[in-house]
Amino acid sequence: MGQGVDLARREVTPGKDSREGQTAGQQHREQREHRDSPEHRESPEHRARRGNAGGALRLALMAVPVAFFGLFFAYPVAAIVGRGLRTAGQWHPGRLGQVLADPDVLHVLWFTVWQAAASTGCTLALALPGAYVFARFDFPGKQLLRAVVTVPFVLPTVVVGSAFLALLGRGGALDEWFGLRLDTSVWAILLAHVFINYAVVVRTVGGLWAQLDPRQEEAARVLGAGRLTAWRRVTLPALAPSVGAAALIVFLFTFTSFGVIQVLGGPRYATLEVEIYRQTAALLDLPTAAVLTLLQFAAVTVLLAVHARTVRRRQSALSMVPAAQTARRPQGRGQWALLWSVLTVVALLIVVPLAVLVERSFNGQHGYGLEYYRALGSVSSSAAFTVAPVAAIGNSLAYAAVATCIALVVGGLAAAALTTRGGGGAVGGLVRGFDSMLMLPLGTSAVTVGFGFLIALDEPPLDLRSSWMLVPLAQSLVGVPFVIRTMLPVLRAVDVRLREAAAVLGASPLRAWREVDLPLVRRALLVAAGFAFAVSLGEFGATVFIARPDAPTLPVAVARFLGRAGEVNYGQAMAMSTILMLVCAATLLALERIRTDRSGEF
Amino acid sequence: MLRLDGVNVTFGDRRALDGVDLEVADHETVCVLGPSGSGKSTLLRVVAGLQNPDAGRIWLSGQDRTELPPHRREVGLMFQDHQLFPQRDAGGNVAFGLRMRRSGRQETRERVAELLDLVGLPGAQRRTVATLSGGEQQRVALARALAPQPRLLMLDEPLGQLDRGLRERLVVELRALFRRLRTTVLAVTHDQGEAFVLADRVVVMNEGRIAQAGTPLQVWQHPASEFVARFLGFDNVVDATVHGGTADTPWGRLPVPDGTPTGGCKLLVRPTGVRLTALEDGLPCTVEARTFRGGDAAAVTLLLQPEHGPRLEASCALREAPEAGESVGVTFDGREVVRLGP
Repeated sequence: MGQGVDLARREVTPGKDSREGQTAGQQHREQREHRDSPEHRESPEHRARRGNAGGALRLALMAVPVAFFGLFFAYPVAAIVGRGLRTAGQWHPGRLGQVLADPDVLHVLWFTVWQAAASTGCTLALALPGAYVFARFDFPGKQLLRAVVTVPFVLPTVVVGSAFLALLGRGGALDEWFGLRLDTSVWAILLAHVFINYAVVVRTVGGLWAQLDPRQEEAARVLGAGRLTAWRRVTLPALAPSVGAAALIVFLFTFTSFGVIQVLGGPRYATLEVEIYRQTAALLDLPTAAVLTLLQFAAVTVLLAVHARTVRRRQSALSMVPAAQTARRPQGRGQWALLWSVLTVVALLIVVPLAVLVERSFNGQHGYGLEYYRALGSVSSSAAFTVAPVAAIGNSLAYAAVATCIALVVGGLAAAALTTRGGGGAVGGLVRGFDSMLMLPLGTSAVTVGFGFLIALDEPPLDLRSSWMLVPLAQSLVGVPFVIRTMLPVLRAVDVRLREAAAVLGASPLRAWREVDLPLVRRALLVAAGFAFAVSLGEFGATVFIARPDAPTLPVAVARFLGRAGEVNYGQAMAMSTILMLVCAATLLALERIRTDRSGEF
Repeated sequence: MLRLDGVNVTFGDRRALDGVDLEVADHETVCVLGPSGSGKSTLLRVVAGLQNPDAGRIWLSGQDRTELPPHRREVGLMFQDHQLFPQRDAGGNVAFGLRMRRSGRQETRERVAELLDLVGLPGAQRRTVATLSGGEQQRVALARALAPQPRLLMLDEPLGQLDRGLRERLVVELRALFRRLRTTVLAVTHDQGEAFVLADRVVVMNEGRIAQAGTPLQVWQHPASEFVARFLGFDNVVDATVHGGTADTPWGRLPVPDGTPTGGCKLLVRPTGVRLTALEDGLPCTVEARTFRGGDAAAVTLLLQPEHGPRLEASCALREAPEAGESVGVTFDGREVVRLGP
């Protein structure tokens, strides 16, 4: 994810008969310059006239998203922080110092930071060659492989945890074959993090890399730079901001990692998020949890601010060409070796864990079979559920569908507000702040949000404790940033002059929107819906708090199975994870088919 | 057909259009010629209703249309980079304007086929925009603009992005087409060759104002000002004082055409009016550079540094051209000397 290729792109078609001397990039740039030339700007008075209308429209569009975030994000989080730091109407800021001086908390903090840094480092090391291969090489099965690589990213973290447990854990594949167990070491966590975030680097960095004009490097070569120098002086500086942005996003995700650590961390390893969960759910120590929440909130805010700056810097002019032009078949031994080593990494790191997960789900006590899948269908098989575990599939799909609708409405309005022109500097500043605000749920402790829902939304007129709406509301919070990030570049890329062309041909403004904007945006809308659906389906941190015992979701059911001893429970967890993986993978493959151009940011 | 009265458009503190008055008669082709930033694209946008003027009125077919939104003006505009709708095929693009005017399905289909025939792309209805070359896109854009039969067709750098050979062919085709359809056309371009071939009348613009208007021949023969002369590619412009059939210039005494008013003015000497002679017979000059231009006359352009006065450009045939560094004499042909306006 992250904001891979934020640059507004348009289809540029190189002419066969007429534009041979010009690169598409040049044309593109010229068109831009032309568009930005003063002749195409509006007069100040006119702009002001339209600006007032535009500003009002922007504020109106922002109203719903702002209300949504205020009510379902800021309010619950504030409530739980207040609950922790205030007793009998008195604030106790001293708690902050107390908690922060606690050696156990410091230990958790230290672990959170260094595992995030190590995970980010490992991800970059393994995924950057992959980004290069996807960007510059053309080979059969590339589309499929791109989809395969992305599956882990949309996979619920609990499933990732159980896949690695099946591979590296007690009685896992490696244990059986080599007597090797890694689930007690930090390596399992790091590998799982690389597994999830591989796609972030490949898609964001690779997406940009594929569009960098190779002739820039060739120009440097002709000017006397060696192959390596040319790469270092020309390509690397162009890529650096995008690598930085991807690294920050990976760091953010691993910093707030919950599901993976919950499954693989055991008693020894805990991130802030896991610790917040333990303090709230197990120890009922709200003050400590509140302080930890604030701590994580501060860290995430800083990370997001740095990320926003990196992305802005990246929007400097780069020489871009359509990606299809830059990829070609590998040549020479070195390039083939690189391709094969990347394929090997993908096979070992991504395909094997998923394959082992599936294998375990069929590997019953009496040989291979559907034993565990059948067990999911009956109530008596497990004391963990009051309903047949298979009902969790229906629950999950229903919740995720509702969450997707909410995320589309809120995110769509927000994206529209962010791309509407008009309003003065004040409105502009407000909107930029609004943009960052909408990213916050990605990094805020989902556990806090979930628990905050229970605490804050329990009084009329907003008593939602017993309402099923609570779950999709919480899930849509993580979906909204995805919707916005997918819609923004597409909305920004719609050329104003296409609308003008429609107007001159007789289309009224509304008609022009329907005829020009909507067809261009429809695909992005579908992609956004798919991502929102996948992340809603996999949401765990908040859902684990608010899902009612008689209506668990798939990830919650998996975690409950894993939390119980016994072969059957373990097998059912694997079976359920497999089902969840298939649903997510199917969603993703559908998206890959829709999205033939890589215009989104993910 | 079209009349502009004192149209002003301001961007910040820069005037893109400054009191522009312009008239285009029915069935006339007018080309607006000017360097980039001279306001010519803004002019088209004002007429199309995409840009509101800060002052002035726009009349179409005798009615004041200044306040009418673009979709009701019934003018056609071909954008500089075509702006074809990427999600529609060629036929869908051409049909767009007809659909907006609620034409019947059958009628639309026939008209689209007819127009694609007209622009030389018969049967291209189903082709996607991405598979069209630059020249083909240009043709589809033209068909799209013509389809709703606009009262006035406007073209913004219609051939700007095409290469030279294609451009020269298309400009002749366009002219023939407009003659045949009797379309009223207002086109802008920065290329004088294009404008001269296409237009019945050219309008030269400079910094938002009209510098000169007239037939191509009038403008070419009698550039109204130093700006117009230089824009047309003539650099031999000097201050002069005319009296009694000759003019005093830094290059010495020059003959001028009969009837040239006396007094101070600027003079243009066309390169073809600079004649090379033996060193002792004229103004002594050193050849600084010679540039072979090719063309039908195998012309060579010489850059000369006279003994006194600014540098001179001269045009001569290849076989008479001296080498760089040689010294030559120069005389002037009065028929190629033009008095410029202030």
